Amino acid sequence: MSDQNDAPDTGRMCPELLQSPPRVINVGLAVFAADLDAQDVDVIHVDWRPPAGGDEGLARLLSMLAD
Amino acid sequence: MSVTVNTVRAGVFLDSVVLMQISRELTAIQGVEDAALMMATPANWDILSDAGLLEEGIMAGPGDLLVAVRAQDRAIADSTLQRAAELMERPAQRNDTPQELRPLTLRSACRQLPDANLALISVPGDFAGAEARKALRAGLNVMIFSDNVPLAEEISLKREARDLGLVVMGPDCGTAIIDGVPLAFANVVPRGDIAIVGASGTGIQEVSCLIARAGEGISHAIGVGSRDLTEAVDAISTLTVLDWLERDGATHHIVLISKPPAPSVVDRIAEFIRRSSKSYTVCLVGSDNLVLPDNAKLTTTLKDAAAAAVKNSKGFEALPAVQRAPAAGRYVRGLYSGGTLAAEAQVVFLSHRQPVLSNAPVPGAGLFTSERTNHIMIDLGDDQFTRGRPHPMIDPAVRDEPIHAALSDPDVGAVLLDVVIGFGAHADPAGHLAGLLDRHGRSDSVVIASVTGTDEDPQVRARQVSVLERAGVMVAPSNADAAELALACLNIG
Amino acid sequence: MDSTSLAGAIRSANSKALEILLQGDPVLIDVLPARDLIPELKEHTILHAGPPIEWDRMCGPMRGAVAGVAVFEGWAGDLDEAGVQAAKGCFEFHPNHHFSAVGPMTGLTTCSQPLLVVENRATGNRAYCTVNEGLGKVMRFGGNDESVRDRLAWIRDSLGPALGTALRCCGGIPLRPLVTRGLTMGDEMHQRNVACSSLLLRELAPALASAVADHSDLSEMLAFMGSNDQFFLNIAMAMGKSIMDPVRNIEQSTVVTAMTRNGTDFGIRISGLGDEWFTAPVEMPAGLYFPGFSAADANPDMGDSTIIETIGLGGFAMAAAPAVAGFVGAGSVAEAAGITARMREITLGEHPEWTIVSENYQGVPTGIDIRLVVETGIVPTINTGIAHREPGIGQVGAGVVKAPMACFEKALRALGERLGLS
Repeated sequence: MSDQNDAPDTGRMCPELLQSPPRVINVGLAVFAADLDAQDVDVIHVDWRPPAGGDEGLARLLSMLAD
Repeated sequence: MSVTVNTVRAGVFLDSVVLMQISRELTAIQGVEDAALMMATPANWDILSDAGLLEEGIMAGPGDLLVAVRAQDRAIADSTLQRAAELMERPAQRNDTPQELRPLTLRSACRQLPDANLALISVPGDFAGAEARKALRAGLNVMIFSDNVPLAEEISLKREARDLGLVVMGPDCGTAIIDGVPLAFANVVPRGDIAIVGASGTGIQEVSCLIARAGEGISHAIGVGSRDLTEAVDAISTLTVLDWLERDGATHHIVLISKPPAPSVVDRIAEFIRRSSKSYTVCLVGSDNLVLPDNAKLTTTLKDAAAAAVKNSKGFEALPAVQRAPAAGRYVRGLYSGGTLAAEAQVVFLSHRQPVLSNAPVPGAGLFTSERTNHIMIDLGDDQFTRGRPHPMIDPAVRDEPIHAALSDPDVGAVLLDVVIGFGAHADPAGHLAGLLDRHGRSDSVVIASVTGTDEDPQVRARQVSVLERAGVMVAPSNADAAELALACLNIG
Repeated sequence: MDSTSLAGAIRSANSKALEILLQGDPVLIDVLPARDLIPELKEHTILHAGPPIEWDRMCGPMRGAVAGVAVFEGWAGDLDEAGVQAAKGCFEFHPNHHFSAVGPMTGLTTCSQPLLVVENRATGNRAYCTVNEGLGKVMRFGGNDESVRDRLAWIRDSLGPALGTALRCCGGIPLRPLVTRGLTMGDEMHQRNVACSSLLLRELAPALASAVADHSDLSEMLAFMGSNDQFFLNIAMAMGKSIMDPVRNIEQSTVVTAMTRNGTDFGIRISGLGDEWFTAPVEMPAGLYFPGFSAADANPDMGDSTIIETIGLGGFAMAAAPAVAGFVGAGSVAEAAGITARMREITLGEHPEWTIVSENYQGVPTGIDIRLVVETGIVPTINTGIAHREPGIGQVGAGVVKAPMACFEKALRALGERLGLS
């Protein structure tokens, strides 16, 4: 169990995320994407809306069928 | 005779910040008593109903947007609805992409930015987990800003991330700086070789800004979510991030910020630090009974953590001189938008042996319910206050009523406030506060604040400080110092 | 099955479905009498567009067409008699889809009518569709008078056999490259087929000239096809059916294999749910009307032609046909591109050859996934002609109609039940 909690050995190199400015997909508050855009960061804002028009039962079914 | 009118826009969704901004604008209209734009979920329905904003017999479903207005008369109500319609048409943000080509899903966004490496998720908590899972499976690291994500979902996501060699920052992760880029609520700070790993957003903000003002800089600041260091989550994200920082040539010192973690988690972290070649500052706000290896220093306040991390701690400003406040009140009321800032204030009070209550008490503090004759520190960003309402860092007006109440309370001698600036924060929180104090008029309480931020932030810290001082607020150089100042003003400790 | 293995199963089922879909290689090989192609198509049997429907629920134009075709086939002496027979249950009605066929608008297929035969060379199956009658007062819009029946007779006796001979002679016409060219020329193969119709006529004319000895007959046929901008529509429909039929019945696949309407109900079929139809009331098209007509005259949505959207053309390829976007309302190129972009949200892949020049040769969005439809709230957008609600008057406009969300929600719930989720 304990060695499962050690971080995976993805190589001795520095992880990709920390090596350069992040390239971001923003899902949610538009202001976050706007702020990143203003700093010339690569960002795509997703025009998100609740899945299945807010129907909880269908949303739950979708999450079970997701791949 | 008040008139309440509603419009239902079927299938329309706008994010909570946009909705709040429009609501604010409508409420400011002459003759409007109250106005709100909300998605008609069951929880929001109750809120609107309690506020007397629902028309008799109105029907709407959770995927619909409800616009609700209560005004002095029909004409004003109708014209306000019209104004709402206009405001909703306005493009949400400036962006090159025309509306019809904007991606609607993470999946299609990945096609437009195929080398994306981070998903920043701030949708309502009920949906954040599913979005995070999609992002992980698309090979993206995830930063979950959303709170109210179920614990079981957090654990499942972090395990999946670990298996994929990715990290989940959050849930409830408000702040990150990655390779110098501020994400969500973060400040503009210089690059340097100090990394911050935190289970707290405002904790990261305060420490990063104090380090910046001491003349040093940050390599990365990574939030791991408020529950990461609990026994249940078992520090999955923290350990991943510590491992990454171990291999980051740009980082030489790491500051770890958290509430006191579970003992098993402490052991695991200590073990990691022992095997590490780098130096650490460990700030567990409210706990000091910990044995750490030699390459780690332990502090209980954010201010001490920043001081320990920099090479030259003389960069820290001195406390302003205390003005004798003509306060009759014997107690301090702290009203915080940042949870860790509220915690730090409690720690300062306890270090002076002053009993203190809070809705989010640190070890040694008591749980606040309704008492008034005590020192009280309130975390207004706590989940109990933010269900269905904007976070006080997004909308400072949420704090207005409690501030008025504190200023009017004869038992309160000093009011303590945090003012957090930077990306994501209000455009002028100092101005808002100054206006509020002006409207309140004379008060027997002294108001003490700190400004978490830098002069490079959009709001410009120095300007915010001077606006506050002109409004009669005493501004301390750090949140911890503000708490000290409050004690000094009331001649305590 | 735990969630990760179910996820994997769905993913690989859909992968397989998409592969079969995109490999489709349709060739127009023949025109033959329906009775020679569909053995079940006996006297008094009428195949119609859309999911299953009986006489009592049929809309005006379809009833008009039924009466007309009954007289045409000689089952009734006149239109009134035909109507009485229909009401008494003398005719057997089945969807075209159940017999490897499709038909536009009322889409009636009966034993003596010549049908276009398209063979999918990748999978060996064939699909059929009637020959397009032309514009105006025609049976597919419910026309049923003598002029309509005379034209049908001419198609049965002259044009059909000639086309069959010509196609057999020239070895068939591959449709995939023809559609690729049509897309570069502003066609989307549903509302706009003028380029493909012209390209087809060019390819067919030499063989047709060899097949038809009499010059005036040949002249009449060339004029008939040449004056009909929508001649290719029926070929595109049979092509769509031949491509989609092999995608059916892949266990756990969430890909839509058919979309169709009968003027009353809209029906869809899903690969992983076999032959079950998921239906909901059709919606009213929204569009532009020819002078003298308005929305009040419009018939509800009708026809098997949505097989074209099912394979990624029509409304899905609107970005290739900005002229059609005029019917959407805003009429701008951006609007057309926007619709195709929306369709990309609900599809699993892109066609490798059917590409859109203005989108830097991105392939048309293909492989509709019911999960994506329900999740995003985006339903397939369909380009359609609008028929008059009274039988026999013909087309009154053209526009856009949406597939009803209820069909996809029903299908999703059925899939959930089938997989034991709840």
